[in-house]
Amino acid sequence: MIIKHTASAGTVTKNDCQVTVAPGTEGIEVELQSIVKHQFGDQMIQAARSMAEEMGVTAAKIKIEDKGSLDYVIRARTETALLRAAKEAEA
Amino acid sequence: MKGKLVASIEEVIRLCGLKDGMTVSFHHHLRDGDQVLPMVMAKIQEMGFHDITVSASSIHGSHGCLADMIREKVVTGIDTNFIHKCVGQTISDGYLEKPAIFRTHGNRPHALATGEAHIDIAFIAASAADCQGNMNGVDGPSAFGPMGYAFADAQYADKVVVITDYLADYPLTPISIDERYVDYVVKVDSIGDTSGIASGITTISKDPLGLKIAKTAVEVFQNSGYFEDGFIFQTGGGRTSLATTKFLKEAMDRQGVHGACILGGINGLFVDLLEGGYFDKIVDTQCFDLRAVESLKKDVRHQEISCGHYADMCAKSCVAAHLTTVMLGATEIDTDFNVNIHTDSNGIIMGGSGGHTDIAHGAKLTVIVTPLLRQRRAAVLDKVGTKSTLGDSVDVLVTQRGIAVNPRHEGLRERLEAAGMPVKDIHELRAMARELTGEPKPVEFTDRVVAEVHGYDGRINDYIYQLKR
Repeated sequence: MIIKHTASAGTVTKNDCQVTVAPGTEGIEVELQSIVKHQFGDQMIQAARSMAEEMGVTAAKIKIEDKGSLDYVIRARTETALLRAAKEAEA
Repeated sequence: MKGKLVASIEEVIRLCGLKDGMTVSFHHHLRDGDQVLPMVMAKIQEMGFHDITVSASSIHGSHGCLADMIREKVVTGIDTNFIHKCVGQTISDGYLEKPAIFRTHGNRPHALATGEAHIDIAFIAASAADCQGNMNGVDGPSAFGPMGYAFADAQYADKVVVITDYLADYPLTPISIDERYVDYVVKVDSIGDTSGIASGITTISKDPLGLKIAKTAVEVFQNSGYFEDGFIFQTGGGRTSLATTKFLKEAMDRQGVHGACILGGINGLFVDLLEGGYFDKIVDTQCFDLRAVESLKKDVRHQEISCGHYADMCAKSCVAAHLTTVMLGATEIDTDFNVNIHTDSNGIIMGGSGGHTDIAHGAKLTVIVTPLLRQRRAAVLDKVGTKSTLGDSVDVLVTQRGIAVNPRHEGLRERLEAAGMPVKDIHELRAMARELTGEPKPVEFTDRVVAEVHGYDGRINDYIYQLKR
């Protein structure tokens, strides 16, 4: 899957996160801002990364703005953001 | 009549003989609108004093000035029942020279009476006073309600200063605390911002999760064997705890049960229950909104009490010892039913027992209401960060995924199961929470104690340690 432009999904509200995806040059970079970064940061980054990998993404910049979301929320938001970012821009 | 009037805060500090190393006290009835603690402490700092201990019934969001004073060693000790995060962070970071002393609302007056805690100068905000120092909290432009937390300070401090923005002719009536205890009276422009005084939550939550938990909590009470005429009720100030009043009212209507008394921490929701004939009395140590202040002033069934009378478990008796049931929140609860309301999931001080520990101990049925997790942080844990209220005071935990009954309370689990309530083992609730959140990386602390947490009986329940940076 090729990331063509910037797109996002989700909200910055309690128990949710907003995931923004942008084209990358090499590999999957994940940046995380979270109120629970100390406790769960590694797991959250892994949730986004694994979703991107499962979707066949090889290069992308993923930014997560989190307010305490669970892994399945991060995965769903990442999936939607990636699908949006891979779509052809509308004319 | 000039009486005990003194022209300024500065002059009164001098007259009281403040010295480095002394303890000054304040109450928190003005809550987030309090201007008296900041005003007096700023003057103490300006006059060059150091090494002061602040004894305050609670440290609120309006008291952020203390953080800087702690860093500058103007303040080196804190003795209180609750600390807002704006000061708690500074203490958790290790800047306070002596460990902060956390007490409960009930034990603070007891410690003052026995001399375990001592106040050199009490600065008591009153919304109305006369020139001899008779005072109340129901008159004047900054009316805040009962003066519950200030009684012990007035009785046991060496020097007592009344600070008011409304001077009435002698003698003021009604009188909450009388002139026998008062050395000086100072009139200032304003003691507080009334919108901050009414900072408590006073409407029923619309959050469906919270409502579900509140409804279940009331069903626990209904099926516990304690729901009968003459019961005494209290809730904590959290959204879900307060939402129980809605379902309680419906249950009382349905089953024709009538309550004797509401204890609090009072806001308009409780005044509705009194005026609607659901309860006979309100016994009140502090008001959370102006509707409650109005009720206290007008309705003889609404009684002001001191906080020792409210919850001093070491006294011959107190109102909290007669409670039938309490609905209380928790930041964390563990599988031994210990509750943390002092520190957040990062180990930072952001609260305190207040009356939680006292009333949980006093009530026949203590119900803890909390969602299983909040913003990925599990509320049900193997071990709480800080033991604020010990598990032997807690009877039932109510979450949206089920309830757990403390096995120490014999027969209760069976009664709730017989009524078809969703009873689970607390370890099962813990496992559900962990499954959703994953295993958190532990917070790291140094071995330096930054705060002592005392229980309702004054004994130390736990210590809070400095954060590792």
